[in-house]
Amino acid sequence: MTATTTGSRILAALAEVRDPELDEPITTLGFVASAVVTEDGAAEVHLRLPTYFCAPNFAYLMVADAYDQVAALGYRTHVVLDDHFASEAINEGVAARAGFVKSFDGEAVDELDSLRADFLRKAVLAGTDAVCRPLAGFPLATMTLGDVPASPALSRLKRRRRDLGLPCTDDTPLLIDPKTGAAVGADEVPLHLRKARLTRTSLDANTGICRGMLRHRYDTDGQGEVAL
Amino acid sequence: MYEKDGEKYFVVDSHMHYWNAGPDNWVPGAEQYAKGWIECFHAYQGLGPPETHWPIEKFMSYTEDDLMKDVFQDGYVDVAIFQPTYLTEWYREGFNTTEKNAALGAKHPGKFIANTRFDPRDGDDGLKKLEENVARYGSIGLKLYTAEWNNGSRGWTLKDPAAYRYLEKAQELGIKNVHVHKGPTIWPLDKDAFDVSDVDHAATDFPQLNFIVEHVGLPRIEDFCFMATQEPNVYAGLSVVIGGLMHARPKFFAKVMGELLFWVGEDKMTFGSDYGIWEPKWQIEGFVDWDYPSDEFSDYPRVTTATKKKILGLNAAKLYGIEVPQEFQLDQGEGEPAARDDSVGVSSASPAASLG
Repeated sequence: MTATTTGSRILAALAEVRDPELDEPITTLGFVASAVVTEDGAAEVHLRLPTYFCAPNFAYLMVADAYDQVAALGYRTHVVLDDHFASEAINEGVAARAGFVKSFDGEAVDELDSLRADFLRKAVLAGTDAVCRPLAGFPLATMTLGDVPASPALSRLKRRRRDLGLPCTDDTPLLIDPKTGAAVGADEVPLHLRKARLTRTSLDANTGICRGMLRHRYDTDGQGEVAL
Repeated sequence: MYEKDGEKYFVVDSHMHYWNAGPDNWVPGAEQYAKGWIECFHAYQGLGPPETHWPIEKFMSYTEDDLMKDVFQDGYVDVAIFQPTYLTEWYREGFNTTEKNAALGAKHPGKFIANTRFDPRDGDDGLKKLEENVARYGSIGLKLYTAEWNNGSRGWTLKDPAAYRYLEKAQELGIKNVHVHKGPTIWPLDKDAFDVSDVDHAATDFPQLNFIVEHVGLPRIEDFCFMATQEPNVYAGLSVVIGGLMHARPKFFAKVMGELLFWVGEDKMTFGSDYGIWEPKWQIEGFVDWDYPSDEFSDYPRVTTATKKKILGLNAAKLYGIEVPQEFQLDQGEGEPAARDDSVGVSSASPAASLG
């Protein structure tokens, strides 16, 4: 296998890792500073974030997820978060497979599953706007996922619903409460759609700010970065 | 004041700073935090127009002359509200204290309002200090910064019983306005540290206080908006929204403004430049010229000259009791900044209410 092929396998694996807060792959966001296989055959990945003080819980999830994805390819794996106030705790904790609570001994009570789920719910709401915006005028309250023409936005919405254990098959309602999975009643549809649009706007605005700050901090493209 | 196309705008910069973040002010042993902090702020400046960027050296330690020129001489601001940020674990004399702000204010009567602050982890000493600051500087506003590190603690929330004790005291002392700022924050480590629900609790339990959520809760604009529709005493501070998005991400800026006008309403939004992160000049000029870029935004509330006059100055003037000369008031038929109980979110006339 050539070095290029190996590099792209690792990058493809890293593209499966999302920033849980922004719901975008860490590759396209520019967070992958480097991804190489060293002479002794280990995979070494360096990640970077827009600021020194980016939330350590989300940072931990990205480093841990990156480790899992790359290690699944069969490499001995080192993932290193650069230039962050909690780099040491995160890097050592992930390398030791210690979990979040142990990595931040005395500072955290819970692992991060419920935090991740909270942000998946936001991704479901934002994704609802992406899917429903082109469907203005349709009776959304009575439609199912199977009634919507196939699109990348629809596939993504289904995946997010599946990840949360919410109804995600074609015979399930298009509009659901992302907490309970219950169908949204016809009367509640306008407010639900307003909330979905607001959530998507907020995510997009945050992503824009993060990209701008990362660009200010590092003048190089990330591996696999896609400019906006 | 700013004048454009025959319209005159009274400008209140309701969120700005005078800091010293240079190496001479870094706490030994905490240099990496002091440096990381100011570099993070500097990256925000990178979101403004290139010709307004400063080198990091100036950004760390801009002078009194820089401030007076950028804010008042070139920046159109009539009254500026100083918001302190202490960060004394990282900066020896504090990053931007009430004392430093007030000393500059004393040299320029009528130009500044000096807000003060508290940290509920400071116990009885902190309560006493709050009382002293209010008496000495005549503060009627507070800036609360929940991300501050203090003796091993990495943050606090407005729901803490200790915070309630301070809010009660503040109310007793005649404080009217509480500016709240979340990020960049890291605590609680295992939860969403940017969550704004604590502001919701405090706003409900202290109805006499106004809560201005700075940076509109960024990065949790959606949570902020849902809350603001339910609380008549919650306002949207636009610092970072204009500075961070209007130039760098104009389309997202239009969407965020549209959402804020819809959920929060033009009577409850206040301009703040966040100087020295961004100079006010380009923000004010750009905002007065701004409108939605296309028909794609047609279902958001409209933006009028009156909307901009309120946001740039009249709303904050009302919150702080600043006298606004007649020539800057809204014309008859344009209304006036609403009393807070007329807030968009709780009024039956609100577009958000009509959806509920």
